[in-house]
Amino acid sequence: MKDMTETRRIPRAINWNRMQDDKDLEIWNRLTVNFWLPEKVPLSNDIQSWSQLTEEEQRLTIRVFTGLTLLDTIQNAVGAPTLMQDAITPHEEAVLSNIAFMEAVHARSYSSIFSTLCSTPEVDEAFRWSEENAQLQQKSRLILDEYDSAANPLRKKVASVFLESFLFYSGFYLPMHWSSRARLTNTADLIRLIIRDEAVHGYYIGYKFQRGLERLTESERQEIKDFAFALLFDLYEIESRYTELLYDPLGLTEDVKHFLHYNANKALMNLGFEALFPDDVCKVNPAIMAALSPNADENHDFFSGSGSSYVIGKAVATEDEDWDF
Amino acid sequence: MGGLVYFSSRSGNTRRFVEKLGLTAQRIPLDPTAPMPAPTAPFVLICPTYADGEGRGAVHKQIIRFLNIAENRGRMRGVIASGNRNFGATFACAGDVISAKCRVPVLYRFELAGTETDLTRVRQGLDRFWKTQFSTAT
Repeated sequence: MKDMTETRRIPRAINWNRMQDDKDLEIWNRLTVNFWLPEKVPLSNDIQSWSQLTEEEQRLTIRVFTGLTLLDTIQNAVGAPTLMQDAITPHEEAVLSNIAFMEAVHARSYSSIFSTLCSTPEVDEAFRWSEENAQLQQKSRLILDEYDSAANPLRKKVASVFLESFLFYSGFYLPMHWSSRARLTNTADLIRLIIRDEAVHGYYIGYKFQRGLERLTESERQEIKDFAFALLFDLYEIESRYTELLYDPLGLTEDVKHFLHYNANKALMNLGFEALFPDDVCKVNPAIMAALSPNADENHDFFSGSGSSYVIGKAVATEDEDWDF
Repeated sequence: MGGLVYFSSRSGNTRRFVEKLGLTAQRIPLDPTAPMPAPTAPFVLICPTYADGEGRGAVHKQIIRFLNIAENRGRMRGVIASGNRNFGATFACAGDVISAKCRVPVLYRFELAGTETDLTRVRQGLDRFWKTQFSTAT
């Protein structure tokens, strides 16, 4: 019998002054500047707002957050570490270690919300629910199966981008909905920090996917693309049922589904693919869009109609030394 | 009709948007040593946003290099900015920075590689925009 323990190769010390891929440095910088912890958000200011939600609304919110916690847990413990094994550059490995840690911060954050707003039995009940909920378990299984099939690094990246850029959004919808009604606005601030991070993660993993895809033959590329769309269909089926289960009682299901379609298309764009859902089923409620990016539409753009399209004295930091005119 | 100049990093979202738009466009190179395009007629700039959480670094260095050339800046009539709404208040803020620095209007904002609706609006918007530009004095 052959000795099963292989001697580990000693890695080369990482040199950040010799980059093989500038994107690694760009994303490292972006992620480290964006670093945050839940303690930064004054969640206790939401205690009164929380008490104004009905019992049903509270239960839904806690359940949604346990579902999000599960996805973050998977990405922290399995997703990002498994992508590290496929890293092409040492810097990519370092960026993925940052992603893994931030996923742990995200998972931690939901517990901060719970300990601030909810009672222990309510939270325990919701965690039990997340372990028994068929759709949550099914989507986790589909993603984990890809992470565990060591054979294909690109399939792992597809699964990872779908988790980061699509699966979270059935959950993210709810705090954006509350925020649009001036409820749980501090909690929404914290969720927006998570949303911002997930956007960078999906973009970066999608970028690395595109670099890997370039090395394949046309028929191999087509095979991966077919796999990606098939996985998205399977995940979408599960997400539809999950959405109905959670949001039917509030009458929000159709609204949430538009948000899912919109985000599914963005996940595909991160992978470099064309959109799947036509624009007429991606009409996200404007209140949700505004909750997602507050202030972003203060300056109307020129083609879209009225309003000043010039920006006057808006405080956006720029590196003035670079603009020498 | 005026021209288009764009920048796209290797993630390729803006490049895909411009390709689908189907209009002639000059690309600002990724490589800082490659020659810059030198448009000879009025143009609109299409640019992605690379901001951190505070809005810093929104405009890519290569775009800044391009705009530091006075002739280029002088021919720019407007900016179309892309980004991702997930970045909240800094969504597509490269357009705002360029608008404030160069005194040109932000014509439109879109996400990632854009949707069919974005493509239609930009095609029609540019068409109308250049007609008004060329009917009044340029």
